[in-house]
Amino acid sequence: MLKTAVAAFAGKTARRAARLRGGGSGGSALPGLVAEKIDPGFLAHALGDVPGGIVVVSGTNGKTTTTKMLVALLRAHGRTVFTNPTGSNFTRGVISALLAERLHRGRLQADIAVLELDEAHALHFARAVAPTHALLLNVARDQLDRFAEIDHTAGLLTQLAGMTTQGVVLNRDDPFVNRIATTVSGLDIAWFGLDATIADRLGELQEHDARGHDTYTPPPVGPHDALLQPVDEHELSVLFGEQGEGGRVGPVSLRQRGLAAMINATAATATARALLGDGFRTDAAEQALRTVAPPFGRGEVVDADGTPLELVLVKNPAGFTVALGTYGSTPVATMVAINDDYADGRDVSWLYDVSFESLRDKGVAITSGVRGWDMALRLQYDDVPVADTEVDLAAALDRFLADHRDEPKRIFCTYTAMLALRRMLGERYDLPEMGVDAPEGAQ
Amino acid sequence: MSDASLDIPILGEPTGSALPADPGHEGKGEIHLVHLYPREMSIYGDLGNTRCLAARIRRHGYVPVVHQHHPGQPFPEQAHLVVGGGGQDSGQAKVEEDLERIAERLRSLAADGTPMLMICGMYQLFGNAFVTVEGQRLPGLGILDVTTQGNEKRMIGPVVLTTDHGDVVGYENHSGSTTLGAGQAPFGRVRHGMGNNGADGTEGAVTGHVIGSYLHGPILPANPRLADTLIGWAAELATGRDFAPEQLDDEVARQAQSRQVRRLVG
Ligand SMILES: [Zn+2]
Repeated sequence: MLKTAVAAFAGKTARRAARLRGGGSGGSALPGLVAEKIDPGFLAHALGDVPGGIVVVSGTNGKTTTTKMLVALLRAHGRTVFTNPTGSNFTRGVISALLAERLHRGRLQADIAVLELDEAHALHFARAVAPTHALLLNVARDQLDRFAEIDHTAGLLTQLAGMTTQGVVLNRDDPFVNRIATTVSGLDIAWFGLDATIADRLGELQEHDARGHDTYTPPPVGPHDALLQPVDEHELSVLFGEQGEGGRVGPVSLRQRGLAAMINATAATATARALLGDGFRTDAAEQALRTVAPPFGRGEVVDADGTPLELVLVKNPAGFTVALGTYGSTPVATMVAINDDYADGRDVSWLYDVSFESLRDKGVAITSGVRGWDMALRLQYDDVPVADTEVDLAAALDRFLADHRDEPKRIFCTYTAMLALRRMLGERYDLPEMGVDAPEGAQ
Repeated sequence: MSDASLDIPILGEPTGSALPADPGHEGKGEIHLVHLYPREMSIYGDLGNTRCLAARIRRHGYVPVVHQHHPGQPFPEQAHLVVGGGGQDSGQAKVEEDLERIAERLRSLAADGTPMLMICGMYQLFGNAFVTVEGQRLPGLGILDVTTQGNEKRMIGPVVLTTDHGDVVGYENHSGSTTLGAGQAPFGRVRHGMGNNGADGTEGAVTGHVIGSYLHGPILPANPRLADTLIGWAAELATGRDFAPEQLDDEVARQAQSRQVRRLVG
């Protein structure tokens, strides 16, 4: 125990030092590394006292948004929730976040922990601390140079489910996720998915790449399964059970738009209900969903000289396809920024697994990023006119903002391009720093 | 005719692009393009190669007829250009039996000068054999004189090659390590990246008009000269006349390609 306290102290010192050096992000890996080195049992010890459970959120797309929604749902029910900051979905990000908390003898004081972890790090984490619950969202091709194969990624989530001690929450509609139900035993299974009335919109949420796989049919919908019923682009209801016989949340309007955000809200609601049981309250859930703000760069709307600018993170074919479907109904001045650093996925081949036809009428104002020319070339093959290409992000952003000053704008960007653009926009328009969430409902 | 209900969307290609042109609308001629196993073997955007070929065939004034060949289906009667891509292990296992079934047809097409572009997994299957990590020897088509040894370690990253078709850029992602037979010509020389095996500086293999390579990217859009070489061979085969290309504006592709070359090899 003393060792853990020492680890926490050393980690906190490293964290302060990192901050002073001007990192400022709070999600730096260094403090986590320091604490991990001194006490490999740090995680297990620090999270050992959390009474309400340790929930891991994983899957390819929507982790960050879903985690933020689940945290909001639980907090609206009066729970003290520990979570890792937006997008820091590696184990060390969790340790860094723990070090920022007030630990009591190296132990976290919170009712419940909700952690966003990528597929590989979720396993790494689970080996240190067994999660009580796992929310498994979906499996799509993402940065395949890291995980190599989609089958492999699906295997990681299956293993994670196997290491979970109490319950899993699974996506009825994802062929890689729903079959995990056949591999777990002795766990509670809660489901989320699309209501039968909108089953035909499933294609908007998945790339065409579930091809070549045998399908598994999940059990009939039970009264605790959460089904999404959208009203319009922002408004939805979550029905428990086929006809809502187990209750319903909504209709409620989200601050993020589109089907992807809605299915994330449905997943978060299903999980909150599984965790809270009879303590789950419809009014609290609706209040939370209504007020939770989109995470940075994931559909975040920036006020740019009086007109809205949407910053939309795209990471893989499924995500880009969903984003284009979500935003295609309102064409605006568009910029696309593609980098190929490790965090973006170094291979840009995936752009050829996305259809850009919805951008054809309005065209694209500018392509940018290290692979800005590759993006322009990709658009050329879909007959989408591209007015300009400028690989330098700062120069491209300047030009984009100046040339389209009085109209709504949208930027689709890969991860590192998003970080850079968000920083520039933050300086220009005095936005809150990334990783420091504005108070909910403050906007 | 193969069963079109099995076809998957090739982005940008109209559905039914496997149908021949109406009489009088063949332009400079029809070119029948066959994509092998698009479901199982076209990971990492490899369908983009087929999209690129079809688009450029149109831009050159010919009419592409795009066939998808699925396991168990009859192989298209006409084939002037054959392409295949990479897959997961599960995908590869699903096509092996069918590949054996159509092997003779593919060998005779290759011998007759039909251009083929086989990427990654299909490149390996076009070789003599794939030897698994456990030492099991799985025979290939033997159209290319190469042998691939399974590896625990993957070779991953951007690649720049020098080839007979100029600089070629792409992205490799493979665990197999491939060795060329004694007289086998490589597709290119590695200037950046690993290539066939990370040791001898070769990448891919070429025999006649059959090209095997590890390069995704996909390889053809960013390297239009290579795409037009394949189309030219196919056009001659399809029409019996010399290839009659149009002057295409490839400035965007040139920018994309030359920037990668400069970035990676200076
Ligand atoms: Zn490959």
